[in-house]
Amino acid sequence: MPQVSLTVNGKKASAEVESRTLLVQLLREKLGLTGTHVGCDTSQCGACVVHVNGKSIKSCTILAVQCEGAEVLTIEGVAKPDGTLHPMQNAFRENHGLQCGFCTPGMVMSALDLVKNNPAPKDREIREWLEGNLCRCTGYHNIVKSIEAGAAAMRK
Amino acid sequence: MYDFTYARVSSVADAAKQLKGDDDAKAVAGGMTLIPTLKLRLAKPSALVDLGGVKDLAGIKVDGKTVTIGAMTTHGAVAASAEVKKAIPALAHLAAHIGDPAVRNRGTIGGSVANNDPAADYPAGVLALGATIVTNERQIAADDFFKGMFETALKPGELITAISFPVPEKAAYMKFPNPASRYAMVGVFVAKTAGGVRVAVTGAAPSVFRQKDMEAALTKKWAPDAIEGIKQKQDGLNSDIHASAEYRAHLVGVMAKRAVQAAG
Ligand SMILES: Cc1cc2nc3c(=O)[nH]c(=O)nc-3n(C[C@H](O)[C@H](O)[C@H](O)COP(=O)(O)OP(=O)(O)OC[C@H]3O[C@@H](n4cnc5c(N)ncnc54)[C@H](O)[C@@H]3O)c2cc1C
Ligand code: FES
Ligand code: FES
Repeated sequence: MPQVSLTVNGKKASAEVESRTLLVQLLREKLGLTGTHVGCDTSQCGACVVHVNGKSIKSCTILAVQCEGAEVLTIEGVAKPDGTLHPMQNAFRENHGLQCGFCTPGMVMSALDLVKNNPAPKDREIREWLEGNLCRCTGYHNIVKSIEAGAAAMRK
Repeated sequence: MYDFTYARVSSVADAAKQLKGDDDAKAVAGGMTLIPTLKLRLAKPSALVDLGGVKDLAGIKVDGKTVTIGAMTTHGAVAASAEVKKAIPALAHLAAHIGDPAVRNRGTIGGSVANNDPAADYPAGVLALGATIVTNERQIAADDFFKGMFETALKPGELITAISFPVPEKAAYMKFPNPASRYAMVGVFVAKTAGGVRVAVTGAAPSVFRQKDMEAALTKKWAPDAIEGIKQKQDGLNSDIHASAEYRAHLVGVMAKRAVQAAG
């Protein structure tokens, strides 16, 4: 079976996988990082969004073996090691940006990629950016508010 | 997904060799179409040959009046490229409206054009701009490339390496996106090029096509009202749960007018 070695949240990791193993399966089933969710498994919902080499991608639509040598950032790598939430995570809490929380890891990872290129995104830009992140609870309004607030906190 | 063997290659020649040596092997670029297809078990390749490690396949070059985009260039890179925005803003706009950001960070121009999905956006841009598809074996004019639903002039094992776009005088792309998938229900790309006016329609029929009546009218007069009276025929257009052929035919006219308006 193929062996894959990569860096996840700053730590080296390696595992034996099948060629067809998806990155999200490697993360959840082999590395025990269950913060990345599978909502649809059809590349639509964005619950599985992580960063690979600094860009947001859907981890259900990339093979683990394609991530050989890559730097992967998941929701588990976003807070400080002492548990202090990242300003974006905190903004979701403060603004009631989640209800069941299933979509939240993907929302936060997408939001962080948006803010990287656009530190002060406007309402419309946030909504367009979230095209591939579905939420079945909130109606998006508070998610957009959270991302505006999170981006503002990150600018401080 | 059925299992397969995975091969990472570092050159086009190496990829072509592996693909020619095994009829059931398939190239994978961004995987945004292929991986969902494999999950549905609609394909059973023996091997995937990953073009992700071939360095010289990604990148954008502007050279006088031509923009050349490497096959592995992502939709996101085209959308963000200052050079593309300056030379052919309509193409950057098209790329910026494919799917969603995560799809644009993986999906590639080569994969999209090779796949020739009836509802894909790039085929409209490639055909309307009269682009040239460069492969590891030859150069193919856009007019000879798109053959039918998911069908192109590519031979087994032949790989797209780049697509060259002549810079048009004016161009614009307007799509009516499917509200769920964002694929084009109907998309119309209009261009005033050195070789004449070209109008390409995607999403409406089994494959992208040129709307010659509109081309003739826009050649006489480049203005939205020039195509006001032109009715797209319904024959052969797609009819499905998303839209009837009648509605799609209507949308061709609406999107074409909006595109001419946007091109200015
Ligand atoms: C949620 C979602 C939404 C989407 N929305 C849109 C949309 O709105 N508009 C749109 O146009 N598309 C859309 N797409 C499709 C997307 O643009 C794909 O990226 C694209 O169609 C395929 O490109 P790829 O690089 O991912 O190719 P892959 O999936 O890797 O490959 C597709 C096919 O092309 C072949 N291939 C790949 N590269 C080459 C090459 N260089 N030479 C020869 N053959 C090659 C492969 O063997 C395979 O058969 C969407 C996809 C998803 C998942
Ligand atoms: S689980 Fe990956 S997009 Fe839904
Ligand atoms: S909070 Fe429940 S899906 Fe978004």
